[in-house]
Amino acid sequence: MKRKVSFGVLVFPGSNCDRDCFEVIQNVVDQKASYIWHKETQIKNVDVIVIPGGFSYGDYLRCGAMASVSSIMPALKDFALSGGLVLGICNGFQILLETGLLPGAMQRNVSLKFICKDVRLRVEANDSPFSNKYNINDEITIPVAHHDGNYFPPVDGSTASKSRKLFSYIDNPNGSFDDIAGLTNEQGNVLGMMPHPERCSEEVLSGSDGLKIFESLIYYVQNS
Amino acid sequence: MSESKEFAPMSADIIEQHGLSKQEYSLIVEKMHRDPNLLELGLFSVMWSEHCSYKNSKNLLKLFPTKHEKILVPAGEENAGIVDIGDDWAVAFKVESHNHPSALEPYQGAATGVGGIIRDIFTMGARPIACMNSLRFGSLEDKHVRFLLKGVVEGIAGYGNCVGVPTVGGEVMFDDSYQTNPLVNVFCLGLLKTDKIARGAASGAGNQVLYVGASTGRDGIHGATFASDDLTEDSQEERSAVQVGDPFMEKLLLEACLEVIQEDLVVGIQDMGAAGLTCAVCETAARGKMGISIDVSKVPQREKGMTPYEIMLSESQERMLLIVEKKYVDRVSEIFQKWDLHVKNIGQVESGDRMRIFENKNLVADVPVQALSDDAPVYTREERKPEYLSKIPLIDREKVNAMVDYGETLKKLLATPNIASKKMIYEQYDHMVQTNTVVRPGSDAAVIRIKNTNKFLAMKLDGQGRYCHADPYEGGKIAVAEAARNVVCAGARPIAGTDCLNFGNPMHEENFWVFHHCVKGLAKACSDLDIPIIGGNVSLYNQNVDGPIFPTPIVGVVGLIDNVQESEVAKRINSQFFQNEGDLILLLGENKNEIGSSEFSENILGEKLSLCPTLDLAVEKKLHEAVLLSSEKGLLNSAHDCSEGGLAVTLAESCMSAESASLGAKIVLPNEEEIPLNIILFGETQSRVVVSCDPSSLADIQDICLKNDTPVTVLGNVEGERLVIEDVLDLSVKELEHFWSDSLERTMNRS
Repeated sequence: MKRKVSFGVLVFPGSNCDRDCFEVIQNVVDQKASYIWHKETQIKNVDVIVIPGGFSYGDYLRCGAMASVSSIMPALKDFALSGGLVLGICNGFQILLETGLLPGAMQRNVSLKFICKDVRLRVEANDSPFSNKYNINDEITIPVAHHDGNYFPPVDGSTASKSRKLFSYIDNPNGSFDDIAGLTNEQGNVLGMMPHPERCSEEVLSGSDGLKIFESLIYYVQNS
Repeated sequence: MSESKEFAPMSADIIEQHGLSKQEYSLIVEKMHRDPNLLELGLFSVMWSEHCSYKNSKNLLKLFPTKHEKILVPAGEENAGIVDIGDDWAVAFKVESHNHPSALEPYQGAATGVGGIIRDIFTMGARPIACMNSLRFGSLEDKHVRFLLKGVVEGIAGYGNCVGVPTVGGEVMFDDSYQTNPLVNVFCLGLLKTDKIARGAASGAGNQVLYVGASTGRDGIHGATFASDDLTEDSQEERSAVQVGDPFMEKLLLEACLEVIQEDLVVGIQDMGAAGLTCAVCETAARGKMGISIDVSKVPQREKGMTPYEIMLSESQERMLLIVEKKYVDRVSEIFQKWDLHVKNIGQVESGDRMRIFENKNLVADVPVQALSDDAPVYTREERKPEYLSKIPLIDREKVNAMVDYGETLKKLLATPNIASKKMIYEQYDHMVQTNTVVRPGSDAAVIRIKNTNKFLAMKLDGQGRYCHADPYEGGKIAVAEAARNVVCAGARPIAGTDCLNFGNPMHEENFWVFHHCVKGLAKACSDLDIPIIGGNVSLYNQNVDGPIFPTPIVGVVGLIDNVQESEVAKRINSQFFQNEGDLILLLGENKNEIGSSEFSENILGEKLSLCPTLDLAVEKKLHEAVLLSSEKGLLNSAHDCSEGGLAVTLAESCMSAESASLGAKIVLPNEEEIPLNIILFGETQSRVVVSCDPSSLADIQDICLKNDTPVTVLGNVEGERLVIEDVLDLSVKELEHFWSDSLERTMNRS
C-alpha cells in the first residue's frame, strides 16, 4: 500500500475555502490533511501546501497583499524554493503573485463584477505534478468565483516567459492575459489557478473534473 | 441617579422626534414611576419601535401556526427558530428585511442586511451554510432603479461572498409600486448539532457581560426608529441611520463565536443588531429574568467624545454580546485573541430586574428590564377595506383572444424582467463555496447536501405582491403554496417556514386591512399545508409619496430530502430542467380559466389590476403528495412549478438551462374548448407542476396521482432543439434563450 500524501492547508483570517479543500483531501481522495495557521512559522512533514480561496484579510489593501507578509510566509517561500509543491487556488493564486513566487499581478475582471460560474478550460500540458492525470488539450469544466482574476504578466516579459501556462480559458470570463487560468513557476512546483478544483471533485456537485488535480499531485508524490 | 434628582417631563417635540406618541410617553412614566431622562427615553424609543417590539403586528402574528414536535426553538423566543432534522442535526433559519437602508444607500443597506441575518444564525450556535434573498424594485426604465438594483446586488455579493456563505437562491420582481421603496429581504440557514443550541439569555448573577467585535461608532443611531417610519424626501438626510458593513470582521466573529459555543463556554450570546447595545443588553436580561449593569465607558469606541446616548443607540455592525461565567473569561479571551479580536468586559448580570447603565461611576440610566423589552403597548389598528378591492375587473376574454401570435407573446414574456433569467444577478453571488450546492440558482428551489449524512435540504423564497394587491387573502395563501410547491418540486418535504411581512404604514386603515387579510391567508395556508413558522420579521412603513408598496409577504420554506443513498441522488433530487431526449412531459394539476394579475394581462394586455388566481389548499396538498411520492420512488427526471407566465413559459424554462445543453420539446395541448388558448398557454392557475419522466415510469406516476386525486395530462415529450406546441408555435430553443437569458443584462447596461 502506498503511503498517504500529506497536504497542509494554509488558513489566513478570511480564508473561506480552507474547509472545502481539507474535506476533498481527507474524504474524497483519502489522503492526510492538516491546517496550518498563518501565525505559525514552520512547515514540517508536508508534501503539498494548498493555499485556499477566500478573502484573506478581507482583500483589504489589495487581494493577497496582507497575507503575503504574514508570519508563515518565510517558511512557505523556503518550502517552495526548495522544490516543495504549492497549489494556490483563487485567493491563493493572488497571494502567490503578491509573494513573488509567481510572476505578474491580478486586475479586476473586465466586467468589474464578481463572477461565479462554471468555465471551460483547456489543459495545456500534462508533464506537470499538477496535471499528469489529464491528457494534453483535454477540455474540462471547473467553476470560478472571483472579482480579481484578470491576470496581467510582468511588463518586461522576462519572468513571464519562464512561467508556464498549465490551464487556459476556452471562453475567457475575466479578460486574463493569454487566456491564462492557471500558471506554474519556471521550476514547475508552484501552481496558481483562479478556478476552484475543490468545488468539482464529486459527481454530486455537478461535475468532478477538478479531482484529477488532486490525483495528479498524489501520483507525483507517491512516484517520486 | 447621580447628576440630577429631578426629572422634568420631556417636551412634545423631543417625544415626537423619538417616534413615540403622547400616550406611549405617559405609559413610560407609569412604568418608570417618574419622567425618563433623555438616554432612558432613547432606550424606550428604540425598544418600543415597531422594528423591535412588533407593537402593530403582534396580534396578527398570533394567527400563524408555530408549534410542531420537530421545533426545538419556536418563533419569537430567540434570534432565529430551530427545527430538528433527525440524527442529532438541526437547522436554524430566518428571513429579514433591510428595505429602508437599501433605499438610501443600496450597497451598504443590502450588505449590512446580509451581515445581520448571518449573525442571527450563528448566534444560535449554527454554522451558516446558505443564504437567499428576495428583492423588489420599481421599473428598470428608471435610471435610479437601475442604480438601486446594481448597488443592492453588489452589496449582497460583497458581503456574502467574503464571509464565505453561499447565496444559493433568490427571486427578484419589478413593479412601479416599489419605485422609491425597494424591498431587500435576506434569508440565512445554519446547521448545528441539537446539543449545541446557544441561547441569548443572561442568567446567573455575577456572570460577566463581554463585548466582542467591531468598536462602536456614530453610525446607524436610531436605525430601528428610522425603519419604523415612512420614507420621505427628507429621508435622504437620514443617511447616518444607515450602517457600514465589514464582512471580514463578521467572518472572524463567526469563527470565534462558533468556537466558544463549541467548547460550551458561554451562558448566553446575542448579536447587536437593530437597537444595538440597548437591545442586546435588555433582551438577554429579559430572557434570563435577571438584572444587568454595564459601563459604557468600557465599550470600545471608534470616535472620540461619544455620549452614553450615542453608544447605547449606535447600530454599528459586527458586534456581539456574550454572557460568560467568570471562570471561563480567560479561555474565551484566548479564543478571540487567536482571531485577532478583543474582548471587553463591560458589566455583569445582577439579581433584580433593573437594567443599569453607568458611565464610569455615574449611573446614567436605570430602567426596569421588563418594561423596556416586553411591555411595549400592543395595538390592533383601525382597519377598513380599501374601495378598489370591491371593483377588481375580470379580464375581457375577447381582448385575450385577439392576441393570436403565440410565439411573439412567448418571446415577449420571456424577456420581461420578472420572467427573464436572473443569471446576471446570481452569477455575482458565490453560490458554490462550502461545496454543498447540488441544485444551483436558476432552478425552482436550491438544494444543498449536508456532508456526512444522507440528508439534503431544499429552500425557496416566494411572494407575489401583484396577487396580494388584487386579493390579499388569496395572495397570502399563494405565497406559502408557491414557496412550498417549489421545494416539493425539488423532491423535498417542507419542514418549516419563515416570513418577512412587507407592508405599508399600519396607521392607515386601508393598509392595515390589507395587512390583516394577507396574514390570514398566509396563516391559513401554513396550517393546511402543515408548515409551521419558526420566525421572521415585519417591515411596515414601506411607503412613499405615491402610497404604499404592493402588500408583499415573502415566505421562505425549507424542505428535507432524507435517506438518500449515494446511488439515488440523481433520481431523488430534481431540478426544473429537462434531462433526457425521449422523456415524457406531463402536467400534474388542472388548467383553469384564469388570466387576471398575470404577466400576460399586465405586459401583453396592459391591464394593471385584475382578479388574481384562486387557490384550493386541499388540491394543493394532494398535488404536493403526488409529486413527492413520485420523486421519492425515483420516477421524476425534472419537475417545474407552473407560475409567472403560465404553462408556455414553464415549458420554455424547462428547455433552457444555464448549466447544460438545452433540449427541445414537442407538445400537443389537451383539447379544453371552454378555456381560451392564450389562457391555457399563459394563465397563472395555481397547483400545477410540469414534470418529465422516462416513458416506463408513466403508469406508476398515473397510479400515484390517481390515489392522490391529482389529474395527469401527457403533454408530449422531450425532443430535438425546438419548442414545438402543435398548431400553436414552433421556435428554436436558441432563439428563446436569446430573449430570456440576457435581457436583464441588456436593460441594466443602458446608461
